[in-house]
Amino acid sequence: MRRFRFLAATAAAGLMLTATACAPSSQGGDEGGDGETLRIGIKFDQPGLGFRAGNADPEGFDTDVARYVASELGFPEDKIEWVQTPSANRENALENGEVDMILATYSITDERKERVDFAGPYFVAGQDLLVRSDENAIKGPEDLNGKNLCSVTGSTSAQKIKDEYAEGVNLVEQAGYAECVTILEAGQVDAVTTDDIILAGLAAADANKGKFKVVGNAFTEERYGVGLPKGSDKCADINAAIEKMKEDGKWQEALDTATEGTGYEPDAELNDNAEMESCS
Amino acid sequence: MGELLSQYDVLGAFWMNIKLTVLAAVGSFVIGLVLALCRISPIGSLQKFGAAYVNIVRNTPLTIIMVIGVLGVWSQLQVQLSSDFDFNFFLYAVACLSLYHASFVCEAIRSGVNTVPLGQAEAARAIGLPFMDAARLVILPQALRGAVTPLGNTLIALTKNSTVAAAASVAEVSGMMKTMMEFRPDVMVFIFCIVALGFCLIVIPIGICTTWLSDRLAVAR
Amino acid sequence: MSAQPTVLFDAPGPRGRRNILLLNIVGVLLVVGLIVKVLVDLAQKGQLAGHLWINAINGAAWQDYLLPGLQFTLQAAAISVATSLVFGLAFGFLRLAPFAVIRWGASIIVEFLRAVPVLVMMVFLYTALAQVSRTTGAIAAEDSPYYAVIIGLTLYNGSVIAELIRSGVNGLPKGQREAASAIGMTRNQSLLLVEVPQAITAMMPSLLSQIVIIIKDSALGYLIGFYELLQYSRQLGSGQGNMLQALVVAALVFIVLNTVLTLVARWLAGRLSSRTSGATALKPGPAGSSAPHL
Repeated sequence: MRRFRFLAATAAAGLMLTATACAPSSQGGDEGGDGETLRIGIKFDQPGLGFRAGNADPEGFDTDVARYVASELGFPEDKIEWVQTPSANRENALENGEVDMILATYSITDERKERVDFAGPYFVAGQDLLVRSDENAIKGPEDLNGKNLCSVTGSTSAQKIKDEYAEGVNLVEQAGYAECVTILEAGQVDAVTTDDIILAGLAAADANKGKFKVVGNAFTEERYGVGLPKGSDKCADINAAIEKMKEDGKWQEALDTATEGTGYEPDAELNDNAEMESCS
Repeated sequence: MGELLSQYDVLGAFWMNIKLTVLAAVGSFVIGLVLALCRISPIGSLQKFGAAYVNIVRNTPLTIIMVIGVLGVWSQLQVQLSSDFDFNFFLYAVACLSLYHASFVCEAIRSGVNTVPLGQAEAARAIGLPFMDAARLVILPQALRGAVTPLGNTLIALTKNSTVAAAASVAEVSGMMKTMMEFRPDVMVFIFCIVALGFCLIVIPIGICTTWLSDRLAVAR
Repeated sequence: MSAQPTVLFDAPGPRGRRNILLLNIVGVLLVVGLIVKVLVDLAQKGQLAGHLWINAINGAAWQDYLLPGLQFTLQAAAISVATSLVFGLAFGFLRLAPFAVIRWGASIIVEFLRAVPVLVMMVFLYTALAQVSRTTGAIAAEDSPYYAVIIGLTLYNGSVIAELIRSGVNGLPKGQREAASAIGMTRNQSLLLVEVPQAITAMMPSLLSQIVIIIKDSALGYLIGFYELLQYSRQLGSGQGNMLQALVVAALVFIVLNTVLTLVARWLAGRLSSRTSGATALKPGPAGSSAPHL
């Protein structure tokens, strides 16, 4: 009996160790984490903004801004450690100190500001619609009555259209925007909705080139900020880096690469006059 | 708590799960019965078809079946099960649940067939019944009685698996629970308890019923 | 005692054989027709384009997505199998305990865990663990889906295994326990040394089919953002614009993996039957091992 208990205890302890040692967070880290690195949270599955294939360099607008900001803060590219931060985990990752900053289509909102700090915004997006490139009837959310609209489970953007613009719209919820785009291409839905730059990024992906267009009639304002842990001292420096990136043209360059061939133009007025967070 | 329940239609979501379960139970029973007949039938190709269906479907995660149903069959092949947009997804969820659980129903019935003594089949043959009559009048009635327990287990699993319909854009309880927890993390445990309790209320009576039925219907041997 | 299908019907005569042949031809034609129709429709939608499929199965796809995904699927499944075994053994014992209070307590917990859908459990654990990680920092936030999947699978499958052990012990011939007490063993010794080992041996095939269930259920992690095979396939599909193809490949990997495990389970059932006085049948037979299948 005693031997059995001992065995059971050893087995349980061993299991705990295995489970912890093999957790996703401890895998695939290509950096040693010697304290000199900057850990940046991005999305890995958002073409055009933050996308990473295997261990390759991540690409997209968010990551370009992140690289620029990092180098301004004194971290060259090889000192950046990329961490995947899905939407639901962004506040947690910052509060736990798992990442030093997050650039992952992270809108500045008052609710979020209670838990994290923001620098930026480095981009002002707006909710918009993605349609097939031969579609001419849909010019804005009001035209969606009787049409089919796809969005992602748990996002409120589609419900907003139904409540405020087009009561007769049919909603489909999918696990991700890539699924929505697949359905849009096949013709079973007429539009996909979320922030315009995310839509543009999807439309600009190699596999989707020329098939879709962003309507270009954004009807909300989403200010993408750099998420920081509460009380971070980097805020002002990041704001300065963003201003500098906009001035020296690198910002426009990154944006053009990410949305190439989609005819997408961000709202210039909003982006030029974007008021930076106060970094209190 | 009251305002939480008035803001989110939890009962309506549960009702959706119950509708999914009942319709898929009927669907999977019919398909499963046909598959079981295929597997014990005289025709070799039907036997192989039944076996292949069961082995493939049983080894595929339900989530994948659901996603491929919507993404492949609905969006690419444009098979419309209903002209009503939302009802179409409901029918897709029912179809996927039925097709998936049919493989388990088939195995349950087959295990029931295994409980029927050889003498019964021989007697049926001896009085000159052809295959369909022997199956319909002698084998299946006894087999279904013997299969009550595994069939009950399949029904319980089906009830719980109806939550996977979230993957087919159906507004059922697990998706609602996820949304509620996202917006009201302060009452998370309460939300979980409500949903868990709801399932206990559905599942445990089914379990008791099947035990009672299998005792009552057991063929004395 | 099993009714061989062959006694249900005569070997078909010449006319029967002709009818069967006709039926087969019609059946094959129907199936082929359906497949052709599906392929033509898919081709019209451009889903059969070679590069879409090649990108879903080439070396890069395996290296960057399918293998890492498979690794996490198998890892979560393997750990869950081991932990559910520990959980199941513990609760299996408790459900056989001599004190009614313990027996009842354990039964209520096991029945509760068996009644709640795994997905609901996972969604709850995922949110709860995120809070734990927020307040205590004990686990990394990005790991909360991973732990939620493992704990959810453990609680559910552990309670199923507890039930398997209980019914396995109850299904053993009475003589085993009587013999144990005849040579002076206490109730606990008899359970631990005689009954449970045999029940476990008898349970092995069911346990292996439980592993298939665990592997399949780990795909539920997809709905709470756990990066396993299905989620990685989605990511592959997002990048290459071949979501459908990537999902079909993921489904095939699951089918192959689970089929192999099922075959091993069947083979083991045959081998182990001589080493226990219980029934090793995989299927829930009349002996009443109430193994739920899914």
